[in-house]
Amino acid sequence: MLIIKDLHASVGDKPILKGINLTVNAGEVHAIMGPNGSGKSTLSNVLAGRENVTVTSGSIEYLGQDLLALEVEERARAGVFLAFQYPVEIPGVGNVYLLKAALNAQRKHRGLPELDAMEFLALVKDKMKLMEMNESMLYRAVNEGFSGGEKKRNEILQMAVLEPKLAILDETDSGLDIDALKIVANGVNSLRHPERSMILVTHYQRLLDYIKPDYVHVLAAGRIVRSGGPELAHELEKQGYAWIGNEGSGQEVSSGS
Amino acid sequence: MSDSASTLEAIISQEYQHGFETSVEADALPRGLSEDTVRMISAKKNEPEFLLEWRLAAFRRWLDMKPPEWASVHHPPIDYQDIIYYSAPKSQKDGPKSLDEVDPELLKTYEKLGIPLHERAILAGVAVDAVFDSVSVATTFKDKLAEKGIIFCSFSEAVQEHPELVRQYLGSVVPVQDNFYAALNSAVFSDGSFVYIPPGVRCPMELSTYFRINAKNTGQFERTLIIADRDSYVSYLEGCTAPMRDENQLHAAVVELVALENAQIKYSTVQNWYPGDKEGRGGIYNFVTKRGDCRGAHSKISWTQVETGSAITWKYPSVILRGDHSVGEFYSVALTNHRQQADTGTKMIHMGKNTRSTIISKGISAGFGHQAYRGLVRIARAAQNARNYTQCDSLLLGDRCAAHTFPYIEVKNASAKVEHEASTSRIGEDQLFFCRQRGLTMEDAVSMIVNGFCKEVFKELPMEFAVEAQKLLGVSLEGSVG
Ligand SMILES: Nc1ncnc2c1ncn2[C@@H]1O[C@H](COP(=O)(O)OP(=O)(O)OP(=O)(O)O)[C@@H](O)[C@H]1O
Ligand SMILES: [Mg+2]
Repeated sequence: MLIIKDLHASVGDKPILKGINLTVNAGEVHAIMGPNGSGKSTLSNVLAGRENVTVTSGSIEYLGQDLLALEVEERARAGVFLAFQYPVEIPGVGNVYLLKAALNAQRKHRGLPELDAMEFLALVKDKMKLMEMNESMLYRAVNEGFSGGEKKRNEILQMAVLEPKLAILDETDSGLDIDALKIVANGVNSLRHPERSMILVTHYQRLLDYIKPDYVHVLAAGRIVRSGGPELAHELEKQGYAWIGNEGSGQEVSSGS
Repeated sequence: MSDSASTLEAIISQEYQHGFETSVEADALPRGLSEDTVRMISAKKNEPEFLLEWRLAAFRRWLDMKPPEWASVHHPPIDYQDIIYYSAPKSQKDGPKSLDEVDPELLKTYEKLGIPLHERAILAGVAVDAVFDSVSVATTFKDKLAEKGIIFCSFSEAVQEHPELVRQYLGSVVPVQDNFYAALNSAVFSDGSFVYIPPGVRCPMELSTYFRINAKNTGQFERTLIIADRDSYVSYLEGCTAPMRDENQLHAAVVELVALENAQIKYSTVQNWYPGDKEGRGGIYNFVTKRGDCRGAHSKISWTQVETGSAITWKYPSVILRGDHSVGEFYSVALTNHRQQADTGTKMIHMGKNTRSTIISKGISAGFGHQAYRGLVRIARAAQNARNYTQCDSLLLGDRCAAHTFPYIEVKNASAKVEHEASTSRIGEDQLFFCRQRGLTMEDAVSMIVNGFCKEVFKELPMEFAVEAQKLLGVSLEGSVG
């Protein structure tokens, strides 16, 4: 599904990712953990194609295609979905309107007929039940005035509607209360599918109690410094990142590395 | 705008490009403006004496006036002696013979806007008798209005058929000496629309210039007068979302609205005159005076406008809140792209007691677009308990455009409540990235965000107009980001 090879990327002239190697097969769930500022969101942004991150070397293959050659919207239409760490507000644009436009843009691209308003509403209301969201959210402006937790749920609602092939969830668990965390995890679990892969960026074992990953990776100072099974997350929970040493502070300390 | 050849001459030479003959027809006056010009216009139109006198008074005032310099727009000086002030309604021979002769860029735009084929031809000025028989549509329409006693006709027709109404109301809202362009218009106006709604009548349909077939080629000095008598209601639509071909660079229209006791006038405009090319050459200068007078108690006048066209727009639709408990509203979206300039806004003049006004202005600047919002709220001494709410938001796309806000507030009565809110924001890179990440193209993303920004204004537009306006913004912004 996804093969990242020796990926280096910078923001401005500041190198952030310094040689990432990662392979994600169809149906797998990978958790990425690591200290603040280590490059987790940057990696997520590179996968989604955000323009302020420059890939300086390395390659990303997605479903046999060169992912880096695709525009942001082309990646989305090819099934790449990013749940934002900080969801964006769009004043005046109805949540339902954005969702319908997005779904139909993707369907059109795949040669499927566009859904009309009735069909779409039926679909989205169904997904909202799953996320235990109030229908009134549909008619509010995208994320405007939403609480932190509501925004995160809204991201997963979008994922449920768009049914991506590769979902990257950037700290979707942050800011959720315990009940909301269970709901979001349920939503995510219901979307697990042999043809769908997920990358979960998180700081907490908590989320992984609900969504069981196949692999856990530790990202520090722009590199994956350790990989393992679910037990690695438990270990981190106990030990923190001190063992990584200076590298883990996320600052440019060791110039030689 | 550095190249001063981009004046009327440029437009004229463009006409040659399109193969027009500009030989002076028998029924056109030579270039230039003098008292004789004014007399000849009036004579050609067979106007009553009072109107000629009125025009002449306006002309004499105009001679002593200067174009306003306070507006933050820039253009080479206009030579008022180089304009043809009267030509008989053009026969269709002058236009292109078929769509094949029309500028392909214009046709592309029509297509994007989804304008039906036969309408494209009309808009582009193609002889349409063969393609579209609008007479029947217009006739059934007129019958329906006549049943209710509504008068809806060209201004010239009103002068002949209802001179007493014209005499009573013309210039009663915008006096001839009001400003330079209004004075010029009063002296030489060619034609326009006239509406009268009798007492107690609710006009059963939106009145639109589109249906008034004899309004074609009303020329550059258009005059509109709308009178809503006691307890009546009318909604009037001006303009069209499609860019219209026009040979005149300078447009100086005057619109006067009169609402008597308990009457309501809703006036919606979508203005999309030719804005010039990317360098700003050849676009239309639109210097308009629009004013409504809430003359009766409990009357209401609403202006809603979507301005996307013209090289330069100078326009301040205003309301005089004379009657007690009267209401004035102004909802505006103005977009400037490429080298367009707009100086727009409104004036709310509170004179009656318990008068209320609302101003919602949304400005969007892209490219090298340059715009200013200028709003005056004046509360007169006698205006007890007057209320105003003003909200003025600017959205910038890119970093070479500009937006300025100039609110003027004059309060002479201590019981007044005046609220002003303003914001300026840049379209967010994160918003665009988010929309695209969900699968929308850059253009759809921009269009969606901009339309969201304008929502409060669009919801005031009649339904069909609102849908067209949304599409129009999308098309006008194409290529402005990324
Ligand atoms: N636009 C930017 N300009 C400058 N530096 C940036 C920018 N974006 C990210 N960075 C830097 O890149 C580094 C990695 O940031 P990133 O957001 O990827 O970290 P993260 O691992 O997601 O952290 P967190 O756990 O706090 O979300 C940080 O040092 C950050 O300051
Ligand atoms: Mg992050």
